[in-house]
Amino acid sequence: MNTVTATAAAGTRPVRIVYFAWVRERVGLPEETLDIPTDLTTIADLVRWLKARGEGYETAFADETVVRAALDHVHAKPQARLGAAREIAFFPPMTGG
Amino acid sequence: MFSPLVRIQREDFSLQDEIDALSAGRADIGAVVSFTGLCRDEAGTLAALELEHYPGMAEAEIARVANEAASRWPLLGLVAIHRYGLVKPGEQIVLVLAASAHRRAAFEAADFMMDYLKTRAPFWKREHRADGTLGGWVEAKGEDDDAARRWE
Repeated sequence: MNTVTATAAAGTRPVRIVYFAWVRERVGLPEETLDIPTDLTTIADLVRWLKARGEGYETAFADETVVRAALDHVHAKPQARLGAAREIAFFPPMTGG
Repeated sequence: MFSPLVRIQREDFSLQDEIDALSAGRADIGAVVSFTGLCRDEAGTLAALELEHYPGMAEAEIARVANEAASRWPLLGLVAIHRYGLVKPGEQIVLVLAASAHRRAAFEAADFMMDYLKTRAPFWKREHRADGTLGGWVEAKGEDDDAARRWE
């Protein structure tokens, strides 16, 4: 057994996080792949974790009730479980049509 | 059963071409209802709308809404086309076509499609102003959420 690999596998997993519109502008990135702690259970948990990463995230998620999320291209509520989602998106309320 | 046609594209579209494609070679359709959304100039203050979208999810979400419409009404065809990129005042942004044997199903399905498309399809509009400045992101309207809730 490789000790380093075992430690990494136990604590984090990589997810692709994508941002759109003013959430993208405030975070300062269109997308990133982050190793997130495996003990983050819900979208709301992930948002709290992201907000601790810096001012851009803090500004983007200042009003957590406004920012919407999707797990693997499907709309999801803040209390939805992250499960094995590989791509998590954050964006403002939609204004298409 | 039919598969709804969903297209997300930068290019413009032709209403007549889409109706022709939908109805070609068949005589069971008695009604086609179309909705076309256009870019307003906002009393001359707007130079263009920039439409950002979430590739992959935009197609998937509109297809989910279209499949729901197909399960709720006796439709014979459904088309949804949404543009992205820069759209100028007077240009077309979105098209919905609903086809059925009788008009009521087509009217209701097209109305339903637009209400859900506005509140669920991952698109965001930003204004480019006529004075050359970049405007803000268009804010979502509560009335659009209310309209979508009519169908619950």
